[in-house]
Amino acid sequence: MLRLVVRRLLQLIPTLLGLSVLLFLWLNRLPGGPASAILGERATEAEVARINRALGLDQPVYVQYGRFLKRIFELDLGTSVQTGQPVWDEFAVRFPATVELSLMAMAIAIAVGIPLGYLAAKRRGGWLDVAAVSGSLVGICIPVFFLALILKGIFAVNLGIFPSYGRFTTGIDATSVTGFAVLDGILTGEFDASWDAIMHLVLPAVTLASIPLAVIVRMTRASVLEVLGEDYVRTAESKGLQKRVVRARHVLRNAMLPVITAVGLLTGSLLSGAVLTESVFSFNGIGNFIRTAIDARDYPVLVGFIMFIAMVYVLINLLVDLAYSLIDPRVRVH
Amino acid sequence: MPLLTVDELTVTFGGRGRTPSTAVDGVSFTVDQGQVVGLVGESGCGKSVTSLALMGLLPSKGVAIGGRADFEGEDLLALSPKRIRDMRGSQLAMIFQDPLSSLNPVVPIGVQVTEILQRHRGMKGEAARKEAAHLLDRVGIPDPTRRLKEYPHQLSGGMRQRALIAMAVACAPRLLIADEPTTALDVTIQAQILELLKELVDEEGTALLMITHDLGVVAGLCDQVNVLYAGRAVESADRRELFAHPTHPYAHGLLGSIPRLDAPRGEPLSPIRGSINDKIAWADGCAFAPRCDHYTMGCLTGTPELTAPRTEGHLVRCVNPVLPQNSAEDSDGAEDSDGAEDSDGAEDAEKEVPA
Repeated sequence: MLRLVVRRLLQLIPTLLGLSVLLFLWLNRLPGGPASAILGERATEAEVARINRALGLDQPVYVQYGRFLKRIFELDLGTSVQTGQPVWDEFAVRFPATVELSLMAMAIAIAVGIPLGYLAAKRRGGWLDVAAVSGSLVGICIPVFFLALILKGIFAVNLGIFPSYGRFTTGIDATSVTGFAVLDGILTGEFDASWDAIMHLVLPAVTLASIPLAVIVRMTRASVLEVLGEDYVRTAESKGLQKRVVRARHVLRNAMLPVITAVGLLTGSLLSGAVLTESVFSFNGIGNFIRTAIDARDYPVLVGFIMFIAMVYVLINLLVDLAYSLIDPRVRVH
Repeated sequence: MPLLTVDELTVTFGGRGRTPSTAVDGVSFTVDQGQVVGLVGESGCGKSVTSLALMGLLPSKGVAIGGRADFEGEDLLALSPKRIRDMRGSQLAMIFQDPLSSLNPVVPIGVQVTEILQRHRGMKGEAARKEAAHLLDRVGIPDPTRRLKEYPHQLSGGMRQRALIAMAVACAPRLLIADEPTTALDVTIQAQILELLKELVDEEGTALLMITHDLGVVAGLCDQVNVLYAGRAVESADRRELFAHPTHPYAHGLLGSIPRLDAPRGEPLSPIRGSINDKIAWADGCAFAPRCDHYTMGCLTGTPELTAPRTEGHLVRCVNPVLPQNSAEDSDGAEDSDGAEDSDGAEDAEKEVPA
């Protein structure tokens, strides 16, 4: 188990090195550049040269790459062109928000998707199955921003159950410890702040959950259907085991294997792809920040973000592998 | 009184919008206490479906089950789902064909054995583990304590089947159903597994319903044999009687088609012609008629009755059974007219009508 973890972490090095080359080439081949983004179209040659010198862009390519690598190894992601703040600090504020949002969305998707997929498979062809399958199709097809607007319109604007934007109600006094709003509230005993943060998370999380939920329902359904036809389920039934034992130990345990892989990949995509949802709900997360960074050609931020997401994917894959080897002895590394 | 009496069992598959297909079409047989009874037939004759119906393992939707199966005063086919679930594993147990796919790949062998002890015998923790190790030892698995922690893929094919047998006998069932338990194993392991089953039956007094297409297995193990064809029993007899005097043309052909080591070199095999798809509905006559060498128009007047043309207790569902005189003189003995065939004299006259 430990060897698997170490090996996977070592795999991070070539992955990130390769990515750094790609990123660097991309930065150097891109038209425009930060100087024109900062100064606007009417910038004079001299001004552009000054900015480029300040940012080190006048150096030869290999020197730039060397500096670039050195900074990455020192975990120095540089300064945001947009805000003038260190990239780390910008991430430190926003990333927890996105993680919180993604985890809540994933929790919703799993808590609803797996039981629903299981029931749909068990009652194949029944009304629940038809509803789950067609509902998940809608979930995949509906544009995220559209769903966000509908939910906002109904539950925030008309019914007023949930707040319509932001992470906190203005004026609420929340002490930041970890940056995770819900966790902070619990740690500091400010439970009203926690509750407030949760209420703010509900609508964006439900919106964000729509696609993973649809995928999980379908994967679980297909996987359970396959497992229900397996001989070992018949063996379990022939032993007269209680229904819950057959369900948990013999059906779900096997059926969860492909679903775990899907959950891993989906979590990665949530962490990197909550852009639209965060925009609609004015949620100050990483997605929203990246959107403005792209507009402003804020390279340090983009590079840091991409490297960061790559790391997140590798780590999630590691977790998926660990979960897999816990469940399935056949892939266990000895 | 027999332990199990199956009477006119029928199983028909067919959901909405599908043409119903009858897999088991009026199977009747009995199993006595401690007896080994064989259900023999080729693929698709309904033998596996019969066993699944008895265990209550057929899906509840899209399947119509008819007839009765009396087991210790209860009709297995009419039990509530809860009651049959209680009986499965404790009083009725089953061993399946493919030992690898029949074991859960992600659950240790030990758990798969102890779960049945927990369910039916209320054993838990250390006691259950001890008993599980004892069971594995009982079925001839060496080093059982270590094996309990292992997973199915770590065991050999023979070991897996032994483990499945251990689960099946864990609660000392009255009736054990074995559905081709040796098909997926190689020959030496087959012999060991059959030996083990024989031993368990002898020692525990468990009745065994052996489902197989392997006549060798039948010859080595069964007391009583039922030959199935197209969902119906066509011949039922004591093992010695059946092998000595196969009387239904199908059983006769089946035994005749076994290649013999002492046959002259180069002698052609004698198969049964046609395939199981060449059949007519039992309601119209004998399903085997299109493949039968003894076929007459009399075979087409409804389902043939079970009769005992040879000896008491040797039941045959045929209007033109293979009896000593005409079997010796080959199959076209239409002119044969002896005592045993007197009752079928009317049909004999029509025997030359082509199929």
